[in-house]
Amino acid sequence: MASTIHPMSDTDGRRWHDMGGQDAGPVPMEGHDFALWEKRVDALMVLCGSKGLFTVDGLRRALEDMGEDAFEKHSYYERWIAAVNQNLIEAGIYTLEELGTRMEEIAARGPTYGEAQNG
Amino acid sequence: MPHDHPDHAHDHDHGLSPSGHPYRADNDEPLTYWQRMEIAVRELLIEKARVSPAEITAQIEVMDARSPANGAAVVARAWSDPAFKTRLLADAGAASREMGFDIGPLNLIAVENTDSVHNLIVCTLCSCYPRNLLGLPPDWYKTREYRSRAVREPRAVLREFGVDLPESTRIRVHDSTADMRYIVLPARPAGTDKMTEAELADLVTRDAMIGTGLARTP
Amino acid sequence: MAERVRVRAMMPPGHVRAPVYLRGKEGVIERPLGAFHNPEQLAYGLSAEKKPLYRVRFRMAELWGETAENPNDTLDAEIYEHWLERL
Repeated sequence: MASTIHPMSDTDGRRWHDMGGQDAGPVPMEGHDFALWEKRVDALMVLCGSKGLFTVDGLRRALEDMGEDAFEKHSYYERWIAAVNQNLIEAGIYTLEELGTRMEEIAARGPTYGEAQNG
Repeated sequence: MPHDHPDHAHDHDHGLSPSGHPYRADNDEPLTYWQRMEIAVRELLIEKARVSPAEITAQIEVMDARSPANGAAVVARAWSDPAFKTRLLADAGAASREMGFDIGPLNLIAVENTDSVHNLIVCTLCSCYPRNLLGLPPDWYKTREYRSRAVREPRAVLREFGVDLPESTRIRVHDSTADMRYIVLPARPAGTDKMTEAELADLVTRDAMIGTGLARTP
Repeated sequence: MAERVRVRAMMPPGHVRAPVYLRGKEGVIERPLGAFHNPEQLAYGLSAEKKPLYRVRFRMAELWGETAENPNDTLDAEIYEHWLERL
């Protein structure tokens, strides 16, 4: 089908996550071991996906919609728990009120993850 | 996220947690918003019987057990057994399962490095990785720098990893854009004819299976 | 037999798995991969029909022109059939 757009001048629609071919600096080689809370985020992502509560593409869509600012400012698993939560809210698994109330309760348990984690 | 708490170590006792276990170092930092969200999401899912604590523990153990050593064993088998190599190149998922690796629903394609071809794996749109075989990806694999540049200047990227390939080598970059995941079958190093499969596996690094490295020479 | 294709150059917003750097570019089908649920529907919680997926091979010269490091190096990507035009 004939296209009315001009392919090479129509790159305004490029989204931030679509990075292939962009200019960027040297690849940073430093790494880190994953913390327990990060492993838990990963496990929740896999388990909820396998139980059909959301799809990988639903998670990716949420991550993409967070925007470039989130990519630059937040760590990988910070963005992933936000994407998992977004999809669970959309699936009606729990309400925002339940989430907000629980996060307040957790803050009151103690100042560190170790004290608040309920693990 | 910045952790600007130089003297947090004095804020509380560094003994045992309420359950009687030592705190992990990474559990000892000030609680963040996102960590609270993880705890809340996990508790709500458990209370609503969507997941169980045992499932979460088991899933973490499954993921911790996945490592580049699994891929290295597959590569070493392919180097040692021509029939297995044929099966690996035809269906890398089936070949990995045949070796007993639980890789779930992973659709895996093995791409073979030779004297004249070098393969490199990237995911420009997110950070797709053969995690069900190799475990979680290295941090650099998820960076803007690697995702942006690997498809446009793979040779320059490879040089940053210490791999300088001649122009006569054809580089094939693989962008994991959809449902497939990729593993590089590195070229078997010279001088390894008498090595056992276990010895060969020790030569196969994670980066060699992503394509940012070569198998070690003994 | 390598079938030649071009990635469609349309730019809809939303969750799409055809990278922008490949849109409008010509390549050859390296192999068919089977049919998979359409991520553009899955992403929004919709029931998704299965779409044929292909691994398409591009020459770096096609993607980057004169600035390609080596024109004969190649790039493979998985592209859904509804993003491909047959040439």
